[in-house]
Parts: sequence; C-alpha cells; structure tokens
Amino acid sequence: MPEVPDEKPPPTVTPGRVIIALCLLAPFVTLLWVGSYAKIEPTFIGIPFFYWYQMLWVPVSAVLTMTAYQLWKRDQRSREGGASK
Amino acid sequence: MKDGVNGVALAVFIFFFVAVTVMGFLAARWRKAANENSLDEWGLGGRSFGTWVTWFLLGGDLYTAYTFVAVPAAIYAAGAAGFFAVPYTILVYPLIFTFLPRLWSVSHKHGYVTTSDFVRGRFGSKGLSLAVAVTGILATMPYIALQLVGIQAVLDVMGVGGGENTHWFIKDLPLLIAFGVLAAYTYSSGLRAPALIAFVKDTLIYIVIIVAIIYIPIKLGGFDDIFAKAGDAFAQTNPATGQPRGSLAPGEAGQWGYATLALGSALALFMYPHSITATLSSRSREVIRRNTTILPLYSLMLGLLALLGFMAIAAGVKVDNGQLAIPQLFETMFPDWFAGVAFAAIGIGALVPAAIMSIAAANLFTRNIYKDFIRPDATPAQETKVSKLVSLLVKVGALVFVLTMDKTVAINFQLLGGIWILQTMPALVGGLFTRWFHRWALLAGWAVGMVYGTAAAYGVASPTQAHFGGSSKEIPGLGEIGYIGLTAFVLNVVVTVALTFVLRAVKAPEGTDETSPSDYTADAGDPGVKTELPAPTSGGPGGH
Repeated sequence: MPEVPDEKPPPTVTPGRVIIALCLLAPFVTLLWVGSYAKIEPTFIGIPFFYWYQMLWVPVSAVLTMTAYQLWKRDQRSREGGASK
Repeated sequence: MKDGVNGVALAVFIFFFVAVTVMGFLAARWRKAANENSLDEWGLGGRSFGTWVTWFLLGGDLYTAYTFVAVPAAIYAAGAAGFFAVPYTILVYPLIFTFLPRLWSVSHKHGYVTTSDFVRGRFGSKGLSLAVAVTGILATMPYIALQLVGIQAVLDVMGVGGGENTHWFIKDLPLLIAFGVLAAYTYSSGLRAPALIAFVKDTLIYIVIIVAIIYIPIKLGGFDDIFAKAGDAFAQTNPATGQPRGSLAPGEAGQWGYATLALGSALALFMYPHSITATLSSRSREVIRRNTTILPLYSLMLGLLALLGFMAIAAGVKVDNGQLAIPQLFETMFPDWFAGVAFAAIGIGALVPAAIMSIAAANLFTRNIYKDFIRPDATPAQETKVSKLVSLLVKVGALVFVLTMDKTVAINFQLLGGIWILQTMPALVGGLFTRWFHRWALLAGWAVGMVYGTAAAYGVASPTQAHFGGSSKEIPGLGEIGYIGLTAFVLNVVVTVALTFVLRAVKAPEGTDETSPSDYTADAGDPGVKTELPAPTSGGPGGH
C-alpha cells in the first residue's frame, strides 16, 4: 500500500512529502511492535504501561496526522497552477 | 439483574428513546433538498454534511453499541488481548487519510453511491462489482444483528424481557418495538435520521464515559487497587483450558496475534459499506481529511471504555455472559437515574449504526444487484424506493437472525464478515491508486482470500466451540499465531499480483475504465463536480 498520497500525475519526492509519509507511518511502526510495550512497569497512576502507552499514542498519532494534513495543504498550494486539471 | 425491573433506570431509558424517535422522524425535514426521490438524498443525505456532522455521523457509525459492550467484555474475560481495539482505531486514521479523499472525489465526479459502483466503473467488470457488493452485504448483516445483541444486554440488566420461562413474544417485545421504530424512521428519513440522532448518542456516550472513568475508580479505591485485583483474577487457572484466565500484558506468544489483529481490523474497517456511506455523505474532501485528525477523540474514549472491563472485575461483577459485564457494572455502581442514562447511551448507540448499516446494505443491493442485473433502466425514484424497501428487509432479516438463532451464530458471522470484507481491499484501494491490477486477477484473489479465510476460521476450536472459536490461527510458513483475515489478505494480494502478470502477458481484455486521473483529486466546486448531485445515474452500467 502506497503510504505517500501521490495524487498528481508526476509524483516527485520532496522533503515535505517524506515528512508526510513518516508522520503517517510512525504509528504503524510503534504500535505493531508490540514487544516494545508489552510490560507492566512503569505504571501511571496505577495503570500498567501497556495501557497508558497505547492511549498516549492516540493524541500523538492525531497530532502527527494533523501535521501531515497541514504539510499536505501547503504542498498542494505550492503546486497550484502547474498541476490542476 | 434477577431482582425485577429497575423502574427509575427504565423511565430514563424510555425518555431518551422517545426523544430520539421524534428526532428520527423530524430528520426528514432537516437540510431537505428539492429532489428527495433520489438515492443521493435518501441514502447519502444529499452529500451535504460538513465537518462536525460527519464527525458525529462517523463516530456514531464506527463505534457501535456492540463495540461498547464487546470491547470491555473481552478485557473482562482475558485482559490485555482485548485492548487491541485501541491500536486498531489509532491505525485507521493515517490509513484512510491516504485513500478516502480519492474515493470521495471519484465518487462525486461519477455519482457513485457504493464502493461497488466505483469498482465497476474503474475496472469495467460487473462480476468484480457483484463480488464486492455481495461481500459487503454478507459482512454487514451479522453486524446489524449484533447491534440487537447490544440492546438485549441493556434490556436484560434493566430487568425487562422477563425470565427464561416468559412467552417468547413478551420477552422479545421491547426489542421488536425498538426495531420497528428504527425501521420506520430510517424508511422515511434515510441517512438524515442517524446523522441527527448521532448527536444525542455521542453526547450521552461521552458524558457516561467521563463520569464512569472518574466516579468508579474513586469508589473502587483507585487504579492501583483495580489492576491489582484484576491481576489476581487473571492469574487464576481457567478450569476449561488449564491455563491462566488472562494477563495484564500480552506474553511473547500473543504479540503477533495482537499486532495482526490490530492491523487487519484497521485495514478492514473502511471496507465496510456503512463506513463508506458515512464518508460519501460529506460535503468535500477537506471534510474527510479534517475528520481524520479529530476522529481519534473516539479512540481515546474507546480506550477508557476498555478500562471499565478491569473495573468490572475489581467491583466483583460476576456474569456468565461477558457481554453483560459493563451494563451490570453500571447498575451496580451508579445511582438508578444515571444507570438509565448509561443504558440509553448504549441503546441509542445501537440504533445509529444499525440504521446506517441497513441503508448501506440497501444501497449496495439497489445499485449493484437490482440496477446492474435486474432492472438496468430503473429511474432514480425507483432506485430510492427499492433501497427503502430493502433497508426494511435487511433489518427484519437481522431481527429474525437474532431471535431464532443462538447469539454465538451472529458473533461467528461477524467474525467471518471482518475476514471477508478485508478481501475487497485490493480491488477498492488498489483501484484508487492504480489500474495495473487485472480485473480477473482481482476476482481470483478475492475468491482465494474468501475460501482460505472461511476454511481457516471454521477450523479454529475453542473450549466452548468446535468451529469459529476465534479469529487467530497459525500463519502458514511463519509458525506464529496471527489474525486469519490478514493472512487471507496477503494470500489474496499474492494471487492478484501473480495472475495480473499472467493475464497481461496473454493480453486478456482489460475492460473499460470510465475514470480519468484528474477525477481522483477533484474537489467540490471543480468543473463537473457539483456540490449536490441531482441524480445518481451518471455512472450507469458499462458507462464511459
């Protein structure tokens, strides 16, 4: 599955787009690597690490997607004109 | 549960239910368009919803009553393994950020109402489109049935529905009334009804979760105590398996299963017809991208909800049927009136997705079976009429399913549905990015995935069931336990790619593609994309 939304016909790799891809890819790497967080300690207000760490990733991932969205809008604006229609 | 009817809770529950029913019928007049006899109006709410309505609608649609009951129930039963729902719903959003806007654009441009419409237009193949449509309907039906299971759990705990010896009609009467009302306003208001009710549903859910997550731990002596008690309970040996009941963190052996289940479910979620229906009803592609950044609030809520499973253990809730754990926890911990609010939240939580699912299934039938195979010359008004009727039939089917068969049958089918719906992903998401895949190869890949997934799931035994005992099995060649749906999906892709090479080499006919590259990035306001489409007929069968 292509992670970079290569929407325009000539898909060029720009630093901005690499960052977009990384923002979208990061949650997959961290959350699918279950071994990295399958433990009890350290607990947070009594909640085992396994649970609060994954819940922490909800806002983190939302911020990453938001960053990708903003970068994408900027990317589109800079391409306006040459790539429309 | 066994000590009669909880009058106060029931009164509060009925109050909200009646309020929502009135809203459901009034919804027909909300944002009403001139041309109400088109599938775009009835089945997609006129494709007019902005960011917040879409947020409530998608949230109300994806986080169903069954989710509210089943996720904490899984935690209550086995601990850590049930928490996969959290990474699953986190991964969904970056994923759909990449492909849903493209689907929105091409659907708007060509008047597609369903995913099968797109597949037919993209690959020029009615066969492939039929496969996608049938898969969608099959996967959705048991999902609707499970919403009923959610309502039943609440009714049971409130003491409504009588004991084992009550006449079946009296016992099921509350459920029949709830579903009759639901069917009536879905019929008259279409997608506008669940969109409006979703506001009430989600507001109630958020209030209940916030109160529960603060109030219950205080009453139980804090999270330290809760997790200590849960840890003790999980360490006890389960007589059926001879192994500990569960654990607070997954061991080595469970990690592959956890990750593949999260990934596979995330990939599958937006293949479901009801997710797509809610998406296509939004006003612009920006609405969708913006929503991927605010929908995670629901994931947070789901995570907190999952923790209630531990609280049920710590509070000493003892139920044979895990699905009753959370409603029972609410009844034990909350004052009666607030328990009523919580039950109403779950009950209404069942109505919103059930309405959207039945609309989505009805749209699939109308567009991709009725119009493609039975009445190619159907007018938009006829399409709408058929869709309305089918939405009724689908609900009656789900009701019969739940009332006549054992609940486990619905759960088994829902498990299968998740495996099945994932097999439509290569055609749909693949098709959104490339036309390289050959239509026949996609069909063959789909068939292989379906057969493997079904056979593998059939072969899974659990202490209580000989077949369909779970959704995970050893991954061939890897030796790890993983989600069957994801294994079937990989198999599906391998077959699709291999056959595409073969079919391209022998120059098999490719079919006509009625879309053009610019269709995938079109936004509302662009030439040829109207913000409100008058009739969904522009992408007729075999059109070009």
